[in-house]
Amino acid sequence: MSKQRLIVDPISCDAHGICAELLPELIATDEWGYPLLSEQHVPAELLALARQAVRSCPRRALLLAAQREKRA
Amino acid sequence: MRAPATAATLPRLLAGISDEGPCALEAHQRLHGPLPPPLRSKRERTALLDEVERARLCGRGGAYFPLAQKLRAVLAAGHVRAPRYVVANGAEGDPSSAKDRTLMRLLPHLVLDGVAIAGDLIGARGAVLAIGADAHDAQSALERALQERARADEGRPRTELVTVPNRYISGQETALLRCLEGGAPLPRFASPPHQRGLRGQPTLVSNVETLAHLALIARYGADWFAQLGSGHEPGSVLVTLWGAACNPGVYEVEQGAPLGALIDAAGGAAAPLRAVLCGGLAGGWVDSSEAAMITLDNRALSKRGLGLGAGTLLLLPEHACGLAETARMLRFLAAEAAGQCGPCRHGLPAIADCFEETLRGHRGARGSKRLLELAALIDRRGACSHPDGSARLLRSALRVFARELEWHARNGLCPGCEAEPILQLRPARAPRALAISGAREGARSLR
Ligand SMILES: Cc1cc2nc3c(=O)[nH]c(=O)nc-3n(C[C@H](O)[C@H](O)[C@H](O)COP(=O)(O)O)c2cc1C
Ligand code: SF4
Ligand code: SF4
Repeated sequence: MSKQRLIVDPISCDAHGICAELLPELIATDEWGYPLLSEQHVPAELLALARQAVRSCPRRALLLAAQREKRA
Repeated sequence: MRAPATAATLPRLLAGISDEGPCALEAHQRLHGPLPPPLRSKRERTALLDEVERARLCGRGGAYFPLAQKLRAVLAAGHVRAPRYVVANGAEGDPSSAKDRTLMRLLPHLVLDGVAIAGDLIGARGAVLAIGADAHDAQSALERALQERARADEGRPRTELVTVPNRYISGQETALLRCLEGGAPLPRFASPPHQRGLRGQPTLVSNVETLAHLALIARYGADWFAQLGSGHEPGSVLVTLWGAACNPGVYEVEQGAPLGALIDAAGGAAAPLRAVLCGGLAGGWVDSSEAAMITLDNRALSKRGLGLGAGTLLLLPEHACGLAETARMLRFLAAEAAGQCGPCRHGLPAIADCFEETLRGHRGARGSKRLLELAALIDRRGACSHPDGSARLLRSALRVFARELEWHARNGLCPGCEAEPILQLRPARAPRALAISGAREGARSLR
């Protein structure tokens, strides 16, 4: 299985903060309430929690991805 | 490959420019020969793709991504028989840049040749050339050129000219695609144009200057292209030289040419220089002592945390205030953001506010620390790289103008703050700045 990391779709995210509550090990919030994600791969022991955070995001803005998206 | 009309000297792109206005089809063909015929077989296409790859042509829209790699990605995406499109990006949303509209205005056929060749390479169904709504002279030059070449282009996919809102963000590739669909200039998250572009199909989005280079590489080949340039960055590049230059304008320079040689070719600096803004509003400031050493080569610049970006070089004279210039730019960048992503929507105005307060001495010595904190909060946290560019500009200003910053923290506004801005941001920008004389000056080799 490939290594995964958390990414957020910043357009969809509206700072609910549920993800940071569920997974404080990997997600903090900034001063406006938007998630600050750990850039590291999600360690195996946190993968289940990470999946739960992804499912719990009311905006479907949090994603687990094999690699970081390229932006232009 | 055709024998090159020009040897290993400049001008290349700008060879056809004249005071008389746009280069007509006949003059263009006399100079460069006719557009190579459409590619007939997969073999021919592969050969030209390899040639483009060997030329190591990188995108001139700001990111310097290799064109060949992008072409291959478009070819690999979607169904084999999916219709593919070319979008030529002539939006030039950065008000500090004038090279794209100058190129389109003076050499419309070179740009249209590039669009046609890119279309050949990906077997395009059609092409769109997107241009800012205020670039009237470029628009009429392109319209005339399309009429002129209608006969010669028979049998090739159509190139449509479309105007997009005159906004900074319009040139971001996914915002541009949205504009072309009739929407507002809003970038989107993920799915790059090579996967989902025009009409949802695999699309090449390339800057108009990139395509103009392609038009010459298709004729003269990769070896010719590499006869100019530094080892890492072959070829030439268009730059917009503004500010305290005796002859500001658009110049074509050899990659790797010293910045000093460009300034000399522009008649020298009009005043002692304090700093240079390199790359445009998403670029970075460099101190004049360091600027004297830089070469215009993206690879070399990136080692200094700089880049050619949109190709702007803004010369800041000593009597101006670099911080006041930056404050206006940051305010502009905040106002131009699409407002879709939290960190960008909150962070950019917060930065513009804090920067102005620091400038007025209202933040004391704590202002710059707070600004660095805010830069970290926006960097790489948007759907597009707009906040990254703003963070780059901000950090470079704090570094290069550290001395002035300290002074401002204690004393507030300086005399330079009240002076006429060096960089005119919209709506004050004078289209006259597209100096033909500047472009002609650039005809010189700058090695
Ligand atoms: C905020 C923003 C504005 C941009 N504006 C332009 C533009 O005006 N013109 C342009 O060619 N590229 C612009 N770009 C870059 C495009 O997204 C894209 O990378 C480019 O058009 C690709 O062409 P190239 O590979 O030939 O450079 C912008 C990018 C960002 C993030
Ligand atoms: S739960 Fe979803 S919407 Fe809320 S902060 Fe996290 S990613 Fe954003
Ligand atoms: S990062 Fe800023 S400019 Fe880019 S899409 Fe998000 S809000 Fe718009």
